[in-house]
Amino acid sequence: MSIVTVQLGQCGNQIGFEVFDALLRDSQSSHGLCCKRENEAYQASCKERFFSEEENGVPIARAVLVDMEPKVINQTLSKAAQSGRWKYGQHACFCQKQGSGNNWAYGYSVHGPRHEESIMNLIRKEVEKCDSFSGFFIIMSMAGGTGSGIGAFVTQNLQDQYSNSLKMNQIIWPYGTGEVIVQNYNSILTLSHLYRSSDALLVHENDAVHKICAKLMNIKQISFSDINQVLAHQLGSVFQPTYSAESSFHYRRNPLGDLMEHLVPHPEFKMLSVRNVPHMSENSLAYSTFTWAGLLKHLRQMLISNAKMEEGIDWHVRPPSSGLPSLGKKSLNKDLHFNTSIANLVILRGKDVQSADVEGFKDPALYTSWLEPVNAFNVWKTQRAFSKYEKSAVLVSNSQFLVKPLDMIVGKAWNMFASKAYIHQYTKFGIEEEDFLDSFTSLEQVVASYCNL
Amino acid sequence: MTQSVVVQVGQCGNQIGCCFWDLALREHAAVNQKGVYDEAISSFFRNVDTRVVGDGGSISKGKICSLKARAVLIDMEEGVVNEILQGPLRDVFDTKQLITDISGSGNNWAVGHRVFGSLYQDQVLEKLRKSAEHCDCLQCFFIIHSMGGGTGSGLGTFLLKMLEDEFPEVYRFVTSIYPSGEDDVITSPYNSILAMKELNEHADCVLPIDNQSLFDIISKIDLMVNSGKLGTTVKPKSLVTSSSGALKTRHQKPFDAMNNIVANLLLNLTSSARFEGSLNMDLNEISMNLVPFPQLHYLVSSLTPLYTLTDVNIPPRRLDQMFSDAFSKDHQLLRADPKHSLYLACALMVRGNVQISDLRRNIERLKPSLQFVSWNQEGWKTSLCSIPPVGHSHSLLALANNTCVKPTFMELKERFMRLYKKKAHLHHYLQVEGMEESCFTEAVSSLSALIQEYNQLDATKNMPVQDLPRLSIAM
Repeated sequence: MSIVTVQLGQCGNQIGFEVFDALLRDSQSSHGLCCKRENEAYQASCKERFFSEEENGVPIARAVLVDMEPKVINQTLSKAAQSGRWKYGQHACFCQKQGSGNNWAYGYSVHGPRHEESIMNLIRKEVEKCDSFSGFFIIMSMAGGTGSGIGAFVTQNLQDQYSNSLKMNQIIWPYGTGEVIVQNYNSILTLSHLYRSSDALLVHENDAVHKICAKLMNIKQISFSDINQVLAHQLGSVFQPTYSAESSFHYRRNPLGDLMEHLVPHPEFKMLSVRNVPHMSENSLAYSTFTWAGLLKHLRQMLISNAKMEEGIDWHVRPPSSGLPSLGKKSLNKDLHFNTSIANLVILRGKDVQSADVEGFKDPALYTSWLEPVNAFNVWKTQRAFSKYEKSAVLVSNSQFLVKPLDMIVGKAWNMFASKAYIHQYTKFGIEEEDFLDSFTSLEQVVASYCNL
Repeated sequence: MTQSVVVQVGQCGNQIGCCFWDLALREHAAVNQKGVYDEAISSFFRNVDTRVVGDGGSISKGKICSLKARAVLIDMEEGVVNEILQGPLRDVFDTKQLITDISGSGNNWAVGHRVFGSLYQDQVLEKLRKSAEHCDCLQCFFIIHSMGGGTGSGLGTFLLKMLEDEFPEVYRFVTSIYPSGEDDVITSPYNSILAMKELNEHADCVLPIDNQSLFDIISKIDLMVNSGKLGTTVKPKSLVTSSSGALKTRHQKPFDAMNNIVANLLLNLTSSARFEGSLNMDLNEISMNLVPFPQLHYLVSSLTPLYTLTDVNIPPRRLDQMFSDAFSKDHQLLRADPKHSLYLACALMVRGNVQISDLRRNIERLKPSLQFVSWNQEGWKTSLCSIPPVGHSHSLLALANNTCVKPTFMELKERFMRLYKKKAHLHHYLQVEGMEESCFTEAVSSLSALIQEYNQLDATKNMPVQDLPRLSIAM
């Protein structure tokens, strides 16, 4: 089944390019470490999900590019075409002349309705090209005006017009300081709206990815290109084909549906995060070997201690022993900074994947009490290695990972709101103080729900 | 891509404007090697087929035929504009874009605002409309003027109200040259304060600049260039004051060097909107992020580096020095010390080979020494544009919404009061039809209100930042 990607704003388009590039490069790579037939099945599955084909065989990304000003889209289109290996559809983009000015209200209330028909038409054309349609993958940032405002508007429209299809929003969480001054306002407005209309929110934090570039990849002068490539690698390791069960003979057909089914059992808890091991520069990779036991041990501890990457993991954090009554368990969790999960999905790719032991993830102590661990944890596998890593594991998690960042953003936005700073910029375009209050209320609710797991 | 129109008013405005167009041509010539009329150039220039008579002849794509500035030149004396039209830039301006008169405003705001305002209202509107029609998507009017004289100050601010009424969706960015302490125009305090009321009410964003600061920067550069430090030479094109490589090949006037600084300011301000980069910043984002309350729209600017040494390998230490300099009071284009006042918001617009990690490292480094208002502790807006300015490998423009503008305004008010108490020169103003003493009292109270706002913010400066109680949710 195919996924249609919608890339919104500068961030969405820059990342979207890296994602498609990474997916195709991996699927065409010769380091698959598996037999030819296996490789071909993998390639075919990847292509079906993300690319359609032109007459001369050049893959065309199943994507719609939206931005309110032309510079980034022009760059993205030409970078793809220059690669020679794939490209974007000729008529797959929608562009205007003047951007949204970092103003969520302008994106949501002015640009959105004004261009609704054109954008939805483009999306519809892309969906019609799919033989069998799985759902939407929407890439956007929260901090700006287009990705955030139009992203929220489009997602709502998709909910109305494609109520049977799934929507996953890839959201970029801005740096704590120094991107956009009104980023906290834009973020809370985006999150509260998406919580109502999206099916799952896959969150990537710029700060976390930046640290991966600095500490794991050893990049000295980190550019947004570097950051987006790390992100694309993480997404690729989630979305590339896998088998559904031990004895299955074909690749899983409905990745989005399966992801949602496993990870979002309750609509109040939609925030997903991605952690992968190992991740390093190509130079280091050449000299490293891995065991599944080692990788999974690190991944499990990253989950438990809420670490965002493989370095600096706090090994002192342990899951509470299951003998304690549930009330005691909750307070202990808070003291130990233990990260309780609702559901986890581990995806393993590479050599000897059948021998990997994931029992550690089935420990009931890791999970909240309202799901049986057998339902809360899933594992997907494929022997086909991903992107030159002989063995790689990625964890998609619905857990308390994002409570602290979310709480911080809500706190900062609240402080700013109390002084009424910048509010006139939003009311100018129809977003009133009540809308802000509604957003605050929804998000406080989300924070409280996650805290009380 | 959007377009901007520059409206240059008065002697000062037109001289700066002239430098701006010169440097803009130089910048685009350096970037656009193939001579193709692209979207970046179209933001400030039209491409015109000069063989076509009349108003037509605009070419939207293809080779550059003849570039015409998107500008309207207004002066109530002929001297400056005539000089421009006889100089090397004469082909860049359309004769239909000019409005001139003979007698001048006599350094009298009232003459500029009321007499010439009503006299030329229709003509000005017509020129502005024409220039807007030539734009595909007009985003911004840049008004350049001085505050201390009569035309730039009076007629320049008259325009603001007109622009607000006629083009409400288009931003109005005003570059205002404030009179220095040793100004030779006696009535400059009157003119400035009368003009400030208009700026308060009708401008979206104001970039206040004063001559003394520009002069100090030039002195600093001269010192560096002439000090003959061992083994270092300064690249001539890289001086923020230079027009080397531009059409005007020699400094024609003593103000040229100073005007070039302001011209560079405007180029850097619009660079991220015109050229590509990994984190773009359009002009509407400046207003959105840097203006937390409508009245507080005065932004202090600083440009670094002032020059580049011919040393090709620039290690990160030099790059970090660029960031440090942006916050030093010696680099501000207004006499102000942002480091020791309170920041409401700050924008860093970087050009050239600088990446996000360099930006973040420097923000982290400099943050502890700066004071931000309690509700905007992380009040940074950043942008990265890939194309550096001519002669540099990278540059930084910092825009600060900071209470350090207060002393300038307070001084201006004091000078005003000294004159007003004695009713000195007041009759020149009152004899203009429609001018009454209430105009003066209203103007000064508008300024007082603004100063009071800054005072209130300053009072919060050293208070501890407290988190306000959040909404509590019943579970």
